[in-house]
Amino acid sequence: MIKVDLTKQIRTHDGSGLHINTQFASGQITQLVGPSGAGKTTLLKMLAGLIQPDQGRIQVDDQVWLDTEAGICLEPQKRGVGFVFQDYALFPHMTVEKHLLYGTRDEAYIKQLLQTGRLEPFRHHKPRQLSGGQQQRLAILRALSTKPRLLLMDEPFTALDNALKKELIADLKNLLTVQGTTCLVVTHQPFLNGEFAGDTFEME
Amino acid sequence: MDWNPIWLSVKLALVTTLILLVLGLPLAYWLSRKNTLFKLILEGIITMPLVLPPSVLGFYLLLLFSPQNALGRWLHNAFDIQLVFSFGGLIVASVVYSLPFMINPVRSAFAQLPHSISEASYTMGKSEWQTLLHILIPNISPSILTAAVLTFAHTLGEFGVVLMIGGNIPGVTRVASIAIYDSVEQMNYSQANNYSLLLFILTFVIVTTVFVVNRKSVKSPLG
Repeated sequence: MIKVDLTKQIRTHDGSGLHINTQFASGQITQLVGPSGAGKTTLLKMLAGLIQPDQGRIQVDDQVWLDTEAGICLEPQKRGVGFVFQDYALFPHMTVEKHLLYGTRDEAYIKQLLQTGRLEPFRHHKPRQLSGGQQQRLAILRALSTKPRLLLMDEPFTALDNALKKELIADLKNLLTVQGTTCLVVTHQPFLNGEFAGDTFEME
Repeated sequence: MDWNPIWLSVKLALVTTLILLVLGLPLAYWLSRKNTLFKLILEGIITMPLVLPPSVLGFYLLLLFSPQNALGRWLHNAFDIQLVFSFGGLIVASVVYSLPFMINPVRSAFAQLPHSISEASYTMGKSEWQTLLHILIPNISPSILTAAVLTFAHTLGEFGVVLMIGGNIPGVTRVASIAIYDSVEQMNYSQANNYSLLLFILTFVIVTTVFVVNRKSVKSPLG
């Protein structure tokens, strides 16, 4: 269980700031939906430790990642999260394969990831040699390369066509289930019932 | 022709560039991150050699390193180091004088990289140092090369600071630019021309090589 109770003064669409008090089930995929400016990306970054809230607490299973009152704040490096950024944030100088090698040395797992993302033929390509959809898939595979306990994805399928999206989602779901990874995915176009996410968290 | 001044100039430029690469990259990275008043003041100090007359900088460094003053006396007494009228003094002065040529291009390049690539590296468990080494530095290599060459070429042509700190001691502090000035003073235009032409060709080849090497470098990180 991921327990989140966070407050941050940001310019949300209604100007009220960001207040979140909720729980996400472990091992499940939850979609975060809501209007632009609701603070969805900020929530993901606070969970990853990339942005600090004004106050609050994050507890993942029995481990406290953040407790502003107790002065606890686990570094992003120690949280074991995978993050798929909206702008992909790929490393321009690295090939597809090197992106994955940066996260793991497990060759068999890298091969599995390349198959999942249909990127095997492009393993020696750099990001600028890939299409938008291929870059987006690489961003997802890179986030998975460290076998994170929590996968945070910010609009991860926007550049994919429907057929590819369907195939990728099916493979991704299997992988997340096998690894027992909890996944929070921000999306503007909510998934159909059971398509990818089991739960939905609506941000006002 | 006495090749010593040319050799001394090249040696000074090489050592200065190497020192500034080691010092400058972490410093430029640190300066490229969130601005504080202290950083702004430090940036101002680093940029001063760009606008300050070299003789002014040289004069103050001369005072600072002089054994008659506190720092110079301490260096002399504690470590038996004398920076005035020595090659070591030229190196220290050159590092100060060429600092903005290394720092400014590299700091701008760091600042232009999207912050999310550092964040992606952190979430993969990599420390700030590993991220700097494996992600950020490789992505600004054209800027680092440009900064290194600017530093090298700038140090090669140094005159005012070198004259103030080092004087004109053959084989020790008599670098090429001083030798040119000295030759002209002695009306030996042919020797002045030899040194000048060599410096001109050397600088031209270096700068052109950088343009050729960097011609394919992309402006946007994703190009």
